[in-house]
Amino acid sequence: MPSAAKIQDYAAVGDGRSIALISRDGSLDWLCWPRFDSPSLFAGLLDSRVGGAWSIRPTQPAKVERRYLADTNVLETRFGTATGVLVLTDFMPAASEEAKRRMLWPEQELMRHVECDQGEVEVQVDFDPRPDFGRSRAVLRDAGKLGLRLDRGSHLFTLLSDVKVVLGQSGAACRFSLPADSSATFSLSYSSEGPAVLSPPSETFSKKLELTVDWWRRWAARARYSGPYRDQVVRSALALKLLSYAPSGAIVAAATTSLPERVGGDLNWDYRYCWLRDAAMTVRALFGLGYREDAEAFVSWMLHATRLTRPKLRVLYDVHGESPPPETELMHLAGFADSRPVRVGNAAQDQLQLDMYGGLIEAVTYFVSQGGNLDREEQTLLRQCADYARDHWQDPDNGIWEPRDRRECFTLSRVLCWVALDRLLEMHRQGRMQRIPVEQFSGDRERIRRDIQTNCWNETLRCYTQVRGGETLDAALLLLAVFDFEDPSSDRMRQTYQRLQKRLRAGPGLIYRYEQSLEAGEGAFAICCFWVADFLARGGSSLDEAHEFFGQTLSYANDVGLFAEEIDPKTGDAVGNFPQAFTHVGLINAALSLAEREERERARHTEQPVHDRVGVPRQQMAPEVSA
Amino acid sequence: MNVGSWLLWGFVGTVVLTALLNGSQGLGMTRMNAPYLIGTMFTPNRDRAKFIGVVVHFIDGWIFSFLYVAAFQSWGAATWWLGALIGLVHASFVLTAGLPLLPAFHPRMANEQYGPTVVRQLEPPGFLALHYGARTPISIVVAHLVYGAILGGFYVFP
Repeated sequence: MPSAAKIQDYAAVGDGRSIALISRDGSLDWLCWPRFDSPSLFAGLLDSRVGGAWSIRPTQPAKVERRYLADTNVLETRFGTATGVLVLTDFMPAASEEAKRRMLWPEQELMRHVECDQGEVEVQVDFDPRPDFGRSRAVLRDAGKLGLRLDRGSHLFTLLSDVKVVLGQSGAACRFSLPADSSATFSLSYSSEGPAVLSPPSETFSKKLELTVDWWRRWAARARYSGPYRDQVVRSALALKLLSYAPSGAIVAAATTSLPERVGGDLNWDYRYCWLRDAAMTVRALFGLGYREDAEAFVSWMLHATRLTRPKLRVLYDVHGESPPPETELMHLAGFADSRPVRVGNAAQDQLQLDMYGGLIEAVTYFVSQGGNLDREEQTLLRQCADYARDHWQDPDNGIWEPRDRRECFTLSRVLCWVALDRLLEMHRQGRMQRIPVEQFSGDRERIRRDIQTNCWNETLRCYTQVRGGETLDAALLLLAVFDFEDPSSDRMRQTYQRLQKRLRAGPGLIYRYEQSLEAGEGAFAICCFWVADFLARGGSSLDEAHEFFGQTLSYANDVGLFAEEIDPKTGDAVGNFPQAFTHVGLINAALSLAEREERERARHTEQPVHDRVGVPRQQMAPEVSA
Repeated sequence: MNVGSWLLWGFVGTVVLTALLNGSQGLGMTRMNAPYLIGTMFTPNRDRAKFIGVVVHFIDGWIFSFLYVAAFQSWGAATWWLGALIGLVHASFVLTAGLPLLPAFHPRMANEQYGPTVVRQLEPPGFLALHYGARTPISIVVAHLVYGAILGGFYVFP
């Protein structure tokens, strides 16, 4: 049976197509194969009775320590028991395409290896797959030397091991003792085409572990980041890589569906899709760290996906740029900690979110600033997006936080319409964009700016507000400085920040996303916390204050450095879908801003000019506006 | 024998046979990917194996069509149902003898008795190729019936 673990008790392993979540006590409680948004094979995370799980653990109580092998997504869990130490290693094999060409390689595989490090440890294995979120009966068949088979028509799941796993009434199980220096290996593989590749686990484990460690380390070593908090930044990059779909370059928002934003509540959404709005920040993070290929793949996916629906963009896409399925509720699942309903699909896809037009164009701006070229069709797409922003910037929309019950004139949506026009004009000025109606775009850009500065600024409160003419605050207003709409050190931004601190501060290093969070009982929004650090590092306050805030937020990462969407300010628990790409993107971008600030301050002290700024395209494109 | 007619309808029959087998995989009737199955005799590289497999499968299709045409010549008649009948015999042979014997000569295919090894990791087809899905025999029989019917229906005697 899976454990009643908390969200932060999970760690993730993956293969660029899917992610498995494994708890501190060795229970694999989440896996969707063959890709992130497929129906689950194990969903014990959402219902321990129905969802299915695969646990490997000592039979005795154990003290648990775990870590990722340095600069990899290979998970190692150490169980210290009264009789010995058991080490569990979990990973999905990864290797270069060249290495894969030289050997047979299952379409997808998850390897679990237990080794007794000291003494002797009795091990219990419970393998209980429940396909399709537990809606389908799993008929496991013992095929002898060919393993345990779960045949689902065009999908075959095979468990191979070097210990005998015996079929039971529900799933399969085994119990065995491991003396010191002995081990057992399990390989679960997926196949959609026959003949399936069945890797003999014990014979291939060492080679695959070596290839996987090497592959992740080579990828991690490509990070060109030498600023502060390097370990946490590289861990975030590795988390982001886990969430990227290798065949298309798309990055999903999170690995899970319906982990609650309020435990026991109904704020449970499916995040296994790609949100266009997150693009700009994601691309900045990837280019900023030097992951040029990944950033370019992401931009290519984005331009491909948006081509199909232009000039109107969808809010979210699946990993191949298609529309996700309609949102449905899985009423047979109890939900994580009784948080119902569990949803599959996301109805936000039908919303109007004007901020994504600016987000898309800003992302392409980073791409162009790094040497990328736009063909004629891509330029047309961007012009059409900018035209859409010009025509609709005054419309109420659902905004960045996607409220389902109302549309309003969100300040940030307007700012990103301004960004859309501003960045296109900038690209045109740099000669990277042809046939722009400069006068109309410039005129509209100024109109939007004046409207925001006049109507989204509350003179009584002395701050920008969440909506035009409003009185409530929103942490997303910090992005006005991130998107260069306002100077972070301007009076207006400092006053807005002070007001945000008064109304939305949730604790040391924590901030709510908006005032409605308090009524809704949500946690502090993790990326907003990193936006604070980013804002402070960009000049909103002193470098020390930025470091202090960033360090406090970092302390809420789980033991292997992963973040969910939110943080419970009372307990520090992770809340919401996990691991969350947006949060890790925020962490990376804040760290990049801290590194830039440090470099600026060092240069100021030594009176040397600043050069080689990281990941800020406008300054790279237009050096004359640099600080 | 009308060589031109044999080559033409042998080619067309093989195209349709391949399309039906691949189509039934795409539709979820079977997991069997014939080109991959054949191509992995030559390389472990999944993409290259499929390419080689398609080429070899085409050559096989042409060679087998010669046997069909030889039968038509010896009977002095070629009709769609005679072709389909040979196709049925052909499919039965593939299912009961050809595929089950594969582990004996496929260098990368595991044996049911000993299980997979480092070199032999491919899942064997099993009886009637049922390891590749319960409806695999149906897709193989239908594809061969159509293959035979095309040859029998369109082959023109000299």
